Amino acid sequence: MTAYGFWIFLLSDIVMFSCFFAAYGVLLGQTAGGPSGAQLFDLKNVAIETGCLLLSSFTCGLASIAADVRNVRWYQLAMAVTGVLGLCFLALEVREFADLVSRGAGPTRSAFLSAFFTLVGCHGLHVSAGILWLLTMMAQVYAKGFRADICRRLLCFALFWHALDIIWVAIFSVVYLLGSAV
Amino acid sequence: MLGKLDWSAIPIHEPIPLIAAGAVLVIILAVLIWAGVKGYFPYIWHEWITSVDHKRIGVMYVLLAMVMLLRGGIDAIMMRTQLAVAYHSPGIFPPEHYDQIFSAHGTIMIFFVGMPFVIGLMNLVVPLQLGVRDVAFPTLNSVGFWLTATGALLVNISLVVGEFARTGWLAFPPLSELSYSPGVGVDYYAWSLEISGVGTLVAGINLVTTVLKLRTRGMTYLRMPMFCWTTLASNLLIIAAFPILTATLTMLLLDRYLGFHFFTNEGGGNSMMFMNLIWAWGHPEVYILALPAFGIFSEVVPTFSGKPLFGYRSMVLATMAICIISFMVWLHHFFTMGAGPDVNAVFGIASMIIAVPTGVKIYNWLFTMYGGRVRFTTPMMWAVGFMVTFIIGGLTGVLVAVPPADFLLHNSLFLVAHFHNVIIGAVLFGAFAGYTYWFPKAFGFRLHEGWGKASFWFTLTGFYVTFIPLYAAGMLGMTRRMQHYDVAEWRPWMIAAGVGTILMTIGVICQIVQLAVSIRQRDELRDVTGDPWDARSLEWATASPPPVFNFAVLPNVTGEDAYWMIKERARRDNLETREPDYRDIEMPRNSPTGFVCAFFASVMGFALIWHIWWMVALGLAGAFATFVAFAWRDHDEYVIPAQEVARMDRANIAERRAAMNMVETPA
Repeated sequence: MTAYGFWIFLLSDIVMFSCFFAAYGVLLGQTAGGPSGAQLFDLKNVAIETGCLLLSSFTCGLASIAADVRNVRWYQLAMAVTGVLGLCFLALEVREFADLVSRGAGPTRSAFLSAFFTLVGCHGLHVSAGILWLLTMMAQVYAKGFRADICRRLLCFALFWHALDIIWVAIFSVVYLLGSAV
Repeated sequence: MLGKLDWSAIPIHEPIPLIAAGAVLVIILAVLIWAGVKGYFPYIWHEWITSVDHKRIGVMYVLLAMVMLLRGGIDAIMMRTQLAVAYHSPGIFPPEHYDQIFSAHGTIMIFFVGMPFVIGLMNLVVPLQLGVRDVAFPTLNSVGFWLTATGALLVNISLVVGEFARTGWLAFPPLSELSYSPGVGVDYYAWSLEISGVGTLVAGINLVTTVLKLRTRGMTYLRMPMFCWTTLASNLLIIAAFPILTATLTMLLLDRYLGFHFFTNEGGGNSMMFMNLIWAWGHPEVYILALPAFGIFSEVVPTFSGKPLFGYRSMVLATMAICIISFMVWLHHFFTMGAGPDVNAVFGIASMIIAVPTGVKIYNWLFTMYGGRVRFTTPMMWAVGFMVTFIIGGLTGVLVAVPPADFLLHNSLFLVAHFHNVIIGAVLFGAFAGYTYWFPKAFGFRLHEGWGKASFWFTLTGFYVTFIPLYAAGMLGMTRRMQHYDVAEWRPWMIAAGVGTILMTIGVICQIVQLAVSIRQRDELRDVTGDPWDARSLEWATASPPPVFNFAVLPNVTGEDAYWMIKERARRDNLETREPDYRDIEMPRNSPTGFVCAFFASVMGFALIWHIWWMVALGLAGAFATFVAFAWRDHDEYVIPAQEVARMDRANIAERRAAMNMVETPA
């Protein structure tokens, strides 16, 4: 039942993201004389970010399996790798943002850029929160083992992490791929 | 060090807010001192503040709503007084102050009266009606309540530290952007709603999961009481709509704090997008408020007509139809923004279509009453008052749903009269009906009938005397949110509305007196059996107030009106039933998580408003630490031994048998 409730929360989170997607769609052309997506996006960087996140979903799956078979060592290893990959994703994204700002293409430049930074940044904030949660779950298993309530929370964490991956697929399709074609 | 906060934030040059704040502080201090001297603090902490019991949390929600009703009502009195006197005159309140009053009035009434009232009643009643021990996530329930209280706290702090928004209750840009609202008012508004919005979302998730996953044996969906169906529909709306509010306010805050350009005039921002987003939330919001009210009436009308609800299945269909169509009408809030006749026509027609399922419900309530033995108790009077009032409000709604008509009536007092007509008719009357109906269940004694009827008549009459003149003034061209006016034809209507406000105020005072008198006379008004109204659903099968575990043994349901069937069977079998098989019951432990989390949220909210960044970080760290501390808990349940369960249940059964033996005629 905990997982059921968490699914519903994820649905509500997706509604929130869809508002940011909608705002992005409305403000796509509002570059206020500034740069557009095609001029700014570095698809190679996006590809590496995507690779990191997708791989981290795989390692998160491995961690779930390790938890199912109650193997602490493999669980902690898989979670650590998931966390590292998540941090790589974040580092690349922060670098991309900093680069854009330094080129005068920060979120205050135009409505398009405000929408871009908010949508992608919101996802990044969710990933950051996810990493905090990941560390907490590693600490919980280290301190108390695979207790029933901790396993329930692990399931919720895994759902969250995979959902973030799905949102990322939507982002790189709608924002980066479609945006670069413009 | 303290961001934008300094001594100039306290309005020492404005006597009215200062006196108001002073009075409130004195009252709060007096209550705290009285509680402290009487030694109530440990009781309040252990039994209420840290409670994860849905019944206690429900009561606290309703208490919050009623206290905020007083604040919102005082705002209304100030507004109607201003309009009664401000003819060829500056009135009592200058525009900078008046604008804050009507903005606070709307914000408080919707978010901190309407929402907590319906969520509180749903929390109190739904697990009992479903025959289960609590909602799906009890500790989360506590978190949700306390975050809502945080929002209310921040709005009230704005009265004395800083200012409130001057933008109206929906803070449209560009007026709400930093360049036109440079003060902290809009920030108070936005952060308060962001925080309480999380609380509301959490309640939504909780109640949907409860209705879908936690029903007692035999209670299929089509055997649930109607109030549970409307709870389901309303909370599905909360889950779908509140994230939109969160996202939209976030965009506004990003514009204000970090110079983004979502809705600004410069940089390509689009203020029309705000209108679409905020009303995509705003329209479902009014159904979030109205659907539980309809559910309350679906409980009250059958009980006091002595008949089952007419047309149960059509009621369910109508409820879910309203739920879905409510997402298809949002543009009717801005017909005049320029979408063109084709788009306007679509939304106008959709707005008329949504009146149809509501009409179905009204007919079902009327047919429930027809042929029944109607008892005109206070809840029933609120129900009948609702039916008349809401129909009128709905008709004026269909009128403004016609785009050419709306071009004349948009943002006039006609519109103001319409939405107060439907909200007061449905939500306020429903809240009062529910409050009076379920009060004995929550506290073990009924409310005084005489004062209840007095309150009803003053409120009903006062409502009409206040708001019918506003329809007239709107037709004569008066717009909303006016601080003063010079048109002679409007004056008599404004004075009439002022008189009506006095009547409604007397109605509210009657409610307060009713509560005081009922507490004084609680022994005469005692509900010993748990079923003071001879009602039909499972909450009345428990003692009043119910034990913490609700039911000693979870009931087995075989049809609609589950409790009525239990009573029928008991009368038939002449009470020759075996004693149930009592077992140990595990209940969740109380937890300070909700309260502590909300404390840090309040700190964060206040710090964000005043740009005190180190305090924001502190609040965030504290909130996270609270969650981790909760996650580290080893003992989350406690056991009530079977002996104790048996003792409590036997006492209630004895009272019920005594009462039934006193009734000689068969059912």
